[in-house]
Amino acid sequence: MGDVPAAALAIAATVLVYAAAQRLYARFRHPLLNPLLIAITTLIVLLEVSGVGYERYDRGGRLISYWLGPAVVALGVPLHAQLHEIARRGKAMLVSILAGSVVGIVSGTATALLLGAPRQVVLSVAPRSVTTPIAMGVAQKLGGIPPLTAVLVIGTGVLGAVAGPALMRLARIRSRTAWGLAMGSAAHGIGTARAVEEGDVEGATSGLAIGLMGLATAILAPPIVALLLRLFPRG
Amino acid sequence: MTFDRKHIIALARGTVILLAFLYAGNAVSALLHLPLPGSVLGLVMLAAALHFRVVRPEWVRPAAEVLIRHMSLLYIPPGVGVMVYFGLIRREWLALVAAGVVGTVAVMLVVGLLQQRMERRG
Repeated sequence: MGDVPAAALAIAATVLVYAAAQRLYARFRHPLLNPLLIAITTLIVLLEVSGVGYERYDRGGRLISYWLGPAVVALGVPLHAQLHEIARRGKAMLVSILAGSVVGIVSGTATALLLGAPRQVVLSVAPRSVTTPIAMGVAQKLGGIPPLTAVLVIGTGVLGAVAGPALMRLARIRSRTAWGLAMGSAAHGIGTARAVEEGDVEGATSGLAIGLMGLATAILAPPIVALLLRLFPRG
Repeated sequence: MTFDRKHIIALARGTVILLAFLYAGNAVSALLHLPLPGSVLGLVMLAAALHFRVVRPEWVRPAAEVLIRHMSLLYIPPGVGVMVYFGLIRREWLALVAAGVVGTVAVMLVVGLLQQRMERRG
């Protein structure tokens, strides 16, 4: 198979599987039928069964994921539309995000350390809550495995998007800005894709949280992880 | 969604503007050695440009809406990449899953509850 037909086939398969997963979700609205989760699982099964392999699939795949960059930029449009609402709560948001970033780095890293994961895995876990390009950069700086971090980022995002709404209902988080901020800071862009379904306020605050959480984590992860490694010397 | 000529031109114009902000963000991030990726800087710069009326919302909105609505699609290829790490994940699955679940729940509750509490007080 040549490069161009292989890429075209990968793109067509991804879009078709995505469209089918969207329809399934629209029909039943069950959180476990999260379109991203279904689409990823289906494509992995297809690639394993057909023996195509990830590398060949990604020749087309990377032409799709390229658009993540412009999509993050596009979140500037709802952000601008909600600027007034957000500015009123700006200080509270900064405090919440900083707290969330510290808690995210400490809880994830400490859990992996306590369960005896090897050092490289621990270092890949630390930046897991933030958007893929930032998380991979931080993992690289820490000495983790960036592609493993990317996988963890996606897993975290799917978990947040799937379980987050129920968790926040249980915790009685009813403020729309708090809902969006929590979704975006815990589950980055994948959580934001879910937040956009809730409404404009949720989508915009969630998009903003991606950036703030990414910035806070990029700055805080190296010193916090170094401290934790000294507290739990092993691996 | 309609595919008349006007709509296609609007989509193309928005896409070019979004790409311009992405590459501007990448350039700023590289020049200043910032820990932030260009896309996040581009997001902030686009919001600022809209605020100061350098860019009009209707120039970018058609393209922005399509990209935001289908953001999940864009995460599929990196998500499928999990298959490359099945071996490592099988060995370390407990630590990975536990760290992911504990971290995600902790971040969501801390941010959501703290934010809601401060909003009620302020």
